[in-house]
Amino acid sequence: MKYNWNWGILFELEPGGSAVYLNYLLVGLGWTLTVALAAWIIALVLGALIGTLRTAPNRWLSRLCTAYVELFRNIPLLVQMFLWYFVLPELLPRAQGDWIKQLPPPWGSCLPAVLCLALYTSVRVAEQVRAGIQSLPRGQMMAGTAMGLTLPQTYRTVVLPMTFRIILPPLTSEFLNCIKNSSVALTIGVMELTARARAMQEFSFQVFEAFTAATLIYLLTNILVVFAMRVVERKVRVPGYISAGGAPQAGH
Amino acid sequence: MTPVRLALALLASATLAAPALAQDGTLKKIKDSGTITIGHRDASIPFSYYDDKQQPVGYAMDLCHRIVDAVRANLKMPKIDTKYQLVTSANRIPLMANGTIDLECGSTTNNLDRQKQVWFTITHFVTANRYVAKKSANLRTLEDLKGKTVVSTAGTTNIKQITELNAQKNLGLSILSANGHPESFLMVETGRAAAFVMDDILLYSLVATSKAPGDYAISADALSVEPYGIMVRRDDVAFKKVVDAAMVNTYKSGAINGIYNKWFLSPVPPKGINLNVPMGAAFKKVVANPTDSGDPAAYK
Repeated sequence: MKYNWNWGILFELEPGGSAVYLNYLLVGLGWTLTVALAAWIIALVLGALIGTLRTAPNRWLSRLCTAYVELFRNIPLLVQMFLWYFVLPELLPRAQGDWIKQLPPPWGSCLPAVLCLALYTSVRVAEQVRAGIQSLPRGQMMAGTAMGLTLPQTYRTVVLPMTFRIILPPLTSEFLNCIKNSSVALTIGVMELTARARAMQEFSFQVFEAFTAATLIYLLTNILVVFAMRVVERKVRVPGYISAGGAPQAGH
Repeated sequence: MTPVRLALALLASATLAAPALAQDGTLKKIKDSGTITIGHRDASIPFSYYDDKQQPVGYAMDLCHRIVDAVRANLKMPKIDTKYQLVTSANRIPLMANGTIDLECGSTTNNLDRQKQVWFTITHFVTANRYVAKKSANLRTLEDLKGKTVVSTAGTTNIKQITELNAQKNLGLSILSANGHPESFLMVETGRAAAFVMDDILLYSLVATSKAPGDYAISADALSVEPYGIMVRRDDVAFKKVVDAAMVNTYKSGAINGIYNKWFLSPVPPKGINLNVPMGAAFKKVVANPTDSGDPAAYK
């Protein structure tokens, strides 16, 4: 292959003159994490709520939540990004639409990105929560009722604490997905890690160095997340019920 | 720790094992295989794009076909198969480096930084960095943009320049970046940005193909000069010589005028729009004195 390798490019100044390329990429990582974390927090809250309501005994409520889940998980993330960014402001009344369009950068593109990623991830979390609740033995719910707890109390004190422990490993995967999916935000102008790697290769033509650096940064970040989540799993496990790393023994 | 080590080892071996292919010159490769592969773009109107029959056509493609003819004559081969490979701004360098494409025919700016990685043949177009805005906004010069929100396409030389000018001249611009030229234009169309900073020739074609071409005006001020070149592999002196000679021949024989008029002064597929861009003074100079310089000063 006729390629002029130059790893030193990472320590050369980027054309904006603000920093060396490596730093330029790391600032991108900062935006990746900002978007992903903000989206993840919203997704966890919304997902827990929707997932729980899908198992609730009210048929209309659970149908409504099913519709929400099917809507957001069946439209490609890229299309959703475009809808939030380009279509939403046109559907709103003129004044509100203009207000959204005139938000100063980077918020004009970051806010739609966070919102979009949050809703997309929330339905995936909701499905994990529903699966987790349904994997619990029915006796737990009954025991709660027998002790005189109301339905919300049973959920809050008996069902959900166990559910979250069971679904912690798949939730870790969802969080990693959330970090990686945040790269789709580059299509609406968020200068996160992938966007900056692309800009770097365009400015310098050192395409392999740019993407290798970005790949390693993603890999290291995600490995750190995996280790942190392992620690959390070990901390919150219920002795004798779920062994860390093993399959949950939730059956009778 | 094992999966981590494994992943790192795989990555390392992938990057180290790479420089082994295509050590021989492009001419030998074409002679041996009987084929030449042209890299083309999908939507760089009128340089290199798909027409309504999904065939790659354009101004740069016509020039490349003449280059292929010259290569065939040079190698004394009765015929060469021409293959086409769609390239994007992200994969054109790797595909050129690993020998997948032999010529990149599109609208790639030739500059000194990029010459560290690839070589360019004789410049085939000279464009300038300008901006498009709605006529109703009445913007003409760089100073008119003061305090406004402008957009450019991520990773282009254009966004780099407007960022630099913004800092130098204290314009107080808010600079947005969009993923592609159509998205950038959409930002001006929907009022998210007051102006879109880009190569003027691309702006002309975006305006011409937009819903209301009469609503837009292109700035009088030019922010920079951008020479476009056809890319060839770096350090392949023999191949570049043949390609350069073919380009010089196209210019000196006057064949360039017919090709230029076909793509810039006549209706072009797929929509039959006439861009109506006469040959600029800078490019006329290149035709008279062909150059492959990547230094903008050479085109003043």
